[in-house]
Amino acid sequence: MGEIRFMKGNEALAEAAIRAGMQGYFGYPITPQSEIVEYLAMQEPNHDYVLVHAESEVASINMLYGGAGAGSRVMTTTSSPGFSLMQEGVSYIACAELPCVIANISRGGPGLGTIQASQGDYFQAVKGGGHGDYNLIVLAPNSVQEMVDHTIMAFELADKYNTPALILTDGAIGQMMEKVVLPEPIEYKPNKPWATTGKTKDRERNYITSLYIKSEDMEQKNFKLQAKYKEIKENEVRFESYKIDDAEIIIVSYGVSSRTSKKVVDLAREKGIKVGLLRPITLWPFPTEEIARLSKLDSTKFFLSVEMSVGQMVEDVKLNVEGRKPVYMYGRTGGIMMTPEEILEYAVKKYEEG
Amino acid sequence: MREGYEVVYKRPKSLIETRMHYCPGCFHGTVHKLLMEVLDEMEIVEKTIGVCPVGCSVFAYDYMNVDMQEAAHGRAAAVATAISRLHPDKYVFSYQGDGDLAAIGTAETIHACNRGENIVFIFINNGIYGMTGGQMAPTTLKGQITTTSPHGRDPINAGMPLKMSEIVSGFDGVAYVERVSCNTAGNARKTKKALEKAMKISEQKIGTSFIEVISNCPSGWKCTPVQSLDWIKDEQIPYFPLGVIKEPGK
Repeated sequence: MGEIRFMKGNEALAEAAIRAGMQGYFGYPITPQSEIVEYLAMQEPNHDYVLVHAESEVASINMLYGGAGAGSRVMTTTSSPGFSLMQEGVSYIACAELPCVIANISRGGPGLGTIQASQGDYFQAVKGGGHGDYNLIVLAPNSVQEMVDHTIMAFELADKYNTPALILTDGAIGQMMEKVVLPEPIEYKPNKPWATTGKTKDRERNYITSLYIKSEDMEQKNFKLQAKYKEIKENEVRFESYKIDDAEIIIVSYGVSSRTSKKVVDLAREKGIKVGLLRPITLWPFPTEEIARLSKLDSTKFFLSVEMSVGQMVEDVKLNVEGRKPVYMYGRTGGIMMTPEEILEYAVKKYEEG
Repeated sequence: MREGYEVVYKRPKSLIETRMHYCPGCFHGTVHKLLMEVLDEMEIVEKTIGVCPVGCSVFAYDYMNVDMQEAAHGRAAAVATAISRLHPDKYVFSYQGDGDLAAIGTAETIHACNRGENIVFIFINNGIYGMTGGQMAPTTLKGQITTTSPHGRDPINAGMPLKMSEIVSGFDGVAYVERVSCNTAGNARKTKKALEKAMKISEQKIGTSFIEVISNCPSGWKCTPVQSLDWIKDEQIPYFPLGVIKEPGK
């Protein structure tokens, strides 16, 4: 049994990174994730990690590149506009196949937007975000406990596949306080023979690059990346199902919206309407097969994507339903938290329309 | 090798034996060689990690037999910061051109220097974007013709050329700043001495070193290598004077 604490989501993420053996943190303040850099700055004297308060998110993502390339377990965190600034660097990191962890505690946009919670960065997170053909492993915690669990998982997955792992959650999960169970600290020993740690006599030089100037080389690199992504899709899909077996209405929802959606399931069932929830835990790889499976069941009447955006994840739901069943979307933006009642009202309306 | 002869000017051990992509007359090859000579002579190859930029020297890792990282355009200072912080016992150098270090990467350069990161910056200032075909750089001289200043750099539109060495020498975190060139054999020897001094300062962990190398670009300047040396002497050095700008204890 680990240590039990009452923590903010952002602080829990930071504490989990320390316990995961993080060796370097590079960050820049932005609401609603600033508690992460503040917590790590406060804790720095008690631990061995390096912390640099970077001059911008552009700098912090490139520090992440340097630190990951030099073989260390490293992390940066930000919120939506900052994540936009990082995209060039993320693309480089993905191409150079450097393991590292990025967290986006997202807020409402577009533009400077609002500091309130949002899920409007889904496309940016799961479709690459920067230039070129790449994907990130994207984890979507929906509780303070999962901020801890997913942070540790993100470091492990990043190292397993030599790829950046993104924690995509929202300002609500980042700011809320809940009970958490913290694991024992991991004694992390890097085993990265490819890293730039100084060329010893017994090996050739190591170099980190994302440059493949010959067309044939670039295509081979893309084949290699795609083979890795295929392996990740086969092995790392994670989701949670709630009252899904006999459901006529399948809500698909992640992050803070999935908590509201769970309540919708219970309220609907009190009214005798069979609603179930599919919560993707990995947004990439997406639970494609599970959605396809559910769409083939006679009992399934329709899907309802619930997300704090104008409809982003709904496109991936539709892609996997492949027209077998109707797919609807309910969402609010601007940081407005949906109530279970308004979602239920929408679901019932669609249900009664048949 | 003929009997009784000794090679006194040779390829340093850590300069990889391959055909360089640099244009004839370009200083990159010279500076690469000098840097590798310094690492070999100081016996610090195993303790050195380099960062190369986007620009003509993007392939520096093909020539330098040390661990290296190729950074995004302008971000070498940030990449080098992380490497240096996580490997404080290593020598970290950042090899960058003027477009990279002084235009797109100005913020990273300034802040890394201001933090006093233990990095040796090797700043190749040839007043032009070589790799993209000769466009105006922040260090292009007043009146200098480039493909994006075809009527000559006009300070009204483009400002005056940035003096990065003077700028960074104002930061407490910066220990050593020297401007050198390789336009003569004597100046090339001074460049090597400056690189060696910077590496020794890095060992002492007393702040950032910044070596600006006034360089040429015969292809971009559309002249012969010999003419490029005259341009350096007559035009560049008067605006970017050579010498020590800042050093420890002074």
